[in-house]
Amino acid sequence: MTSNQIKRPLGLQLLIYGFVLLWLIVAAFPFFWTMWGSFKVELDFFSKGDWTHAISGVRTQAVYGESFTGAGYEGAWIQEEFWRAFSNTAIVCFFTVLTSLTIATLGGYALSRSGFRYSFWLLIIALVFRALPPITLVSGYLPPFYAWNVWGLLPTTIIVLVAINQPFTLWMLHSFFQTIPKELDESAKVDGCTQFQAFRHVIIPVMWPGVITAGLFSFLLAYNDFAVTAVLLSQENQTMVPKIASFMGTTQTEGNVMFAVAAVVSSIIPLFLLVLFFQRQLVSGLTAGAVKG
Amino acid sequence: MKHKTFFWFFLPTALAMLLFIALPLTSVVSQSFHAPHEEVLLVSEICDPFGCATESTIDHQATEQLKKDKPLGQWVGFEIYADRNHLAFKEVAEFWENRTSFTGFISSLNNLQFYRAMGFTLTYVIVVTPLVILFGLIIALAVNSLHRHLKGLMVFFSLLPMIVTPLVGSLILFWMIDARGIVGSGLQEIFSDPNLSLKASTGLTWVTLIVYGVWHSAPFAFIVFYAGLQTVPKETLESAMIDGASRFQQVMHVVVPHLSPLVAFVALIQLMDNFRVFEPIVGFSAEAHATSLSWIIWNDIGQEIRLFSSAATTSVLTIIGVVILLLPVLIRTWREFNPEK
Repeated sequence: MTSNQIKRPLGLQLLIYGFVLLWLIVAAFPFFWTMWGSFKVELDFFSKGDWTHAISGVRTQAVYGESFTGAGYEGAWIQEEFWRAFSNTAIVCFFTVLTSLTIATLGGYALSRSGFRYSFWLLIIALVFRALPPITLVSGYLPPFYAWNVWGLLPTTIIVLVAINQPFTLWMLHSFFQTIPKELDESAKVDGCTQFQAFRHVIIPVMWPGVITAGLFSFLLAYNDFAVTAVLLSQENQTMVPKIASFMGTTQTEGNVMFAVAAVVSSIIPLFLLVLFFQRQLVSGLTAGAVKG
Repeated sequence: MKHKTFFWFFLPTALAMLLFIALPLTSVVSQSFHAPHEEVLLVSEICDPFGCATESTIDHQATEQLKKDKPLGQWVGFEIYADRNHLAFKEVAEFWENRTSFTGFISSLNNLQFYRAMGFTLTYVIVVTPLVILFGLIIALAVNSLHRHLKGLMVFFSLLPMIVTPLVGSLILFWMIDARGIVGSGLQEIFSDPNLSLKASTGLTWVTLIVYGVWHSAPFAFIVFYAGLQTVPKETLESAMIDGASRFQQVMHVVVPHLSPLVAFVALIQLMDNFRVFEPIVGFSAEAHATSLSWIIWNDIGQEIRLFSSAATTSVLTIIGVVILLLPVLIRTWREFNPEK
């Protein structure tokens, strides 16, 4: 395409730059705007009269003497105990990713190395499970969880999230293991290894790029989940997303929307860092399924 | 791999999916055919000098016993499916008979919760999916023509709307389009209408949700198409150029056909994901104007007395919808796998 680039007429060039710039603003501006605004008072964050107040923080200055304030964060993290939700999210994500990677690696490896018909059908079933909206399963979880007295606990939610993540993680790891040549573990087996030994000594050392990518996506699924965590967790075990949802009701009536804004920004920061450090893996993961067709 | 080794490797993941996807699924289906027990009433006749009257009291013991014996509730068959909150056969037939015009019939369906949700869900799927593909393609073509250093930066910022939690992303936009927010008040300036509110009317709420959907999903299509653009065969492009194809013709006849399997992939994923649209409705507090199938399930479960039977019935109907959406893909895979049939 480089040869094309030189001959591109100026009009088209300008159109492309204009469009890219527009998309850049549409995609990124809301986040920066909200991050900036989260350090203001509500009257600046929502400044109907003069939008420049949201940037300069005139009213914030009037209240706190500075144009930035951490009051929203203090209210959310300490007064409303958002730190608890943050640590719950950390626990849920850590164990969900760990468990789902462990069992999906074994399963995905087995699927990629078994040429039998049933492995194809298992993949199709996984695809159908992937397509089910998680919320449709929730009414099936509740009665038994109440009966066994395990409703509201973090481990219950972790197991459910692991199961819901499985179809996706399984597909991803299956297509990744197919790119690792079969000859590698075959030759280990010829040398006298059992299948599991071949997996342990030959496959595990080379599987980390694929596993990290799959881990990122199962982290995102757990981190972003709302339908399951909101229904299955009790008040004090809530993770960040349902906590933010419950803020919406309470803060609107009590007039401290800024708590919710601060909580929202706090929950975006980890995702920002994730994209910053793992951009390449995320992109390769998104396209992995596609390129196989 | 031997069957036995396969079994042991696959057992943990199979157990997880069996116990927490397949089993709940059967439980949801059976819930949808059962209604909660009614209370057992004790009818007794009390006579006093003024005459006799019957009095009914709740027999708590018998009610508890019944709930214990049959925890699923009483079998009602397809009754819940047919009731007013789901397929509403009776009401639909009535509307059909009393219709004045076809559009009148459609708008009277809007009074039924299930059809209203279905209407929005389908509109969302049908409008958002092609728009996502179109915008994703345009962004990919534009970014691909940029300088190498700019490309990485664009990919970074483009990933943000997709990666961010849907509920959080919709809240951020919700605050911006608020009448006091920057976009909301900006729109009031532009249309010089101080009472303009994107939240007030059904039409504008739908537009807002659809714009959110495109904003959230276009990055996915962009990334996939962008990766596909890196593998467009240079020779074909060059020969098209030599044959005098214009830039637009090159895109339409070389690039797009090359990307067509990716378009199918993006469309499949988008159909599945858009059909479950739910979080933006909560984030935008849009339930007065737009509800989706997932939202009514959520609403039933969130009631003080959790309406399991009703939620389960909507769940089963939603799952049937998902299967219908997936059917073309499943049939195609089946044909590829059994070419002789």
